[in-house]
Amino acid sequence: MIDTPELSLAALAPLLFVLGAACVGVLVESFVPRENRHPVQVGVALAGTLGGLVTTLALAGERTVTAEGALAVDGAAVFLQATIAGLGALAVLLFAERSLDPARSAFVASAAVPAGTARDRELATSEQVQTEVYPLATFAIGGMMLFVSANDLLVMFVALEVLSLPLYLICGMARRRRLLSQEAAVKYFLLGAFASAFFLYGLALVYGATGSIRFSEIRAASTAEGTGTLLVLGLGLLVVGLMFKASVAPFHAWTPDVYQGAPTPVTAFMAACTKVAAFGAILRLLYVAFGTSEWTWRPLVYGIAIVSMVVGAVLALTQTDLKRMLAYSSIAHAGFLLTGVIGLGGDGGGSGLAATMFYLLAYGLTTLGAFAVLTLVREGDGEATHLSRWAGLARRSPLTAAVMALFMLALAGIPLTSGFTGKFAVFRAAIDAGAWPLVVVAVLASAVAAFFYLRVMVLMYFSDPAPDGPTVGVPGLPTTIVLAVTATATLVLGIVPGAVLDLADQAAIFVG
Amino acid sequence: MSLTHYLVLAAILFTIGAVGVLVRRNAIVVFMCVELMLNAVNLTLVTFARSTGTIDGQIMALFVMVVAASEVVVGLAIIMSIYRTRRSASVDDASLLKY
Repeated sequence: MIDTPELSLAALAPLLFVLGAACVGVLVESFVPRENRHPVQVGVALAGTLGGLVTTLALAGERTVTAEGALAVDGAAVFLQATIAGLGALAVLLFAERSLDPARSAFVASAAVPAGTARDRELATSEQVQTEVYPLATFAIGGMMLFVSANDLLVMFVALEVLSLPLYLICGMARRRRLLSQEAAVKYFLLGAFASAFFLYGLALVYGATGSIRFSEIRAASTAEGTGTLLVLGLGLLVVGLMFKASVAPFHAWTPDVYQGAPTPVTAFMAACTKVAAFGAILRLLYVAFGTSEWTWRPLVYGIAIVSMVVGAVLALTQTDLKRMLAYSSIAHAGFLLTGVIGLGGDGGGSGLAATMFYLLAYGLTTLGAFAVLTLVREGDGEATHLSRWAGLARRSPLTAAVMALFMLALAGIPLTSGFTGKFAVFRAAIDAGAWPLVVVAVLASAVAAFFYLRVMVLMYFSDPAPDGPTVGVPGLPTTIVLAVTATATLVLGIVPGAVLDLADQAAIFVG
Repeated sequence: MSLTHYLVLAAILFTIGAVGVLVRRNAIVVFMCVELMLNAVNLTLVTFARSTGTIDGQIMALFVMVVAASEVVVGLAIIMSIYRTRRSASVDDASLLKY
């Protein structure tokens, strides 16, 4: 007689909901006729992500370790899962936009047809869409939600792959500029596989050093044995693998290329959700598994944070493409987020965890909104992402320019926007932890970063529009919802952040 | 042969794989080097399972194999799609995205 493993289905409900919806999506692909597939797939993906969001909210206050210790459903996991599900639902809405592109979708009609062939040109104007993007995105969202609640290294590795593999594929499915999109997919895939091999080798070394893959046992073993070489080496490799996913410099080489080449809704999805998931995993790994050997990783993270902020802020100055600029901005923000990671004591005290979680939510919403605005400004068949094309946009479309300006101000961290509240919270946490030199660098990097965000605003408001400038598309309902939600959230989290900050504070608990 | 020999062999294989990823130019070969790295990890895991006397390492090696197989499916699909357009699998030829 074998005992059934202990498994709390209630605590797993959000994951089951999202991954279940992804499986239903695969079945829809096989059984629903092609002409009805798009609306059905959008419905299934939205039902999955929103269902996941509602079930996570119902789990608020849960503190359990379930599935024989493999999953930790605690405050931090629930908060981050809700963030990922919510941002994921918004991203699915962006995917579903059908009124901007002349061919009614940002995704390719058939990814198997080689770009540039006669058949490809024929399909370019067809309304057919590769609807597999919806189940793939739902699988990625499920993987991300699993990633932030993984309580052992094996589950963390499997979740890393479940979130990465679909992303590699949907990066290569742009309808316009297909060569760029496919190139982005190849680069992301090869570098991503390389990074996960490092993560895996780190996992093997930590397992060898401690004899376990469970975080709590790694924690106990690392206290008992002090810091062995094997453990430090393993920790370093694990951190490299995770930092790659979070697009932190110096592991950022893929970020600008992939953000530029991928279809813009997918870029928005990656920039918002992958960042949340990767930082959730970094926080859990460093605080639950390696909380007692804090001094082995603290200098490492400290250094990486500085490199990331400086590289992101300085290289963004030289960019002429908006998607690339936002990619470097995401690298700089990853550095700011790491200052929050530094701001949490190894015993789980300090306000770093709550601050980082709030920052992730605020940054995710703002960056998703900024990429949503990018999908509106178009010329010819594609999007006008070159910076010079945005000159004088305020005269062509005051509302679009105003919304974009709001997002740029929030990313720059100007008061009364969510970006300021988030930055203030992580910087204060880092100062409380005694890392004031890091905060000085962070403030200087923010000042440099403010320049390129404000440059976009100056260009939109104080330059003359080119006579053959881009057109501003009228968004359909999905993009309108995304813009309304993200813009409102950016303002609300800036003006009255109290309630959400309190929520993050209460949720800032790791069990394990 | 002591267990250390296996660990050293795995480390050598992992390094060969990592260097291969950095110096080789054909996307398929780069990908094969990544697979070599994953298999080096498998050897390490199984050796540690033996030395620590736990079963976790062997189970993980199985998981790694499954994940590696699914990675092959996704990876070859992506490389095929770019090869059919460009008639080349060199990672140097795919250079539209820069700066």
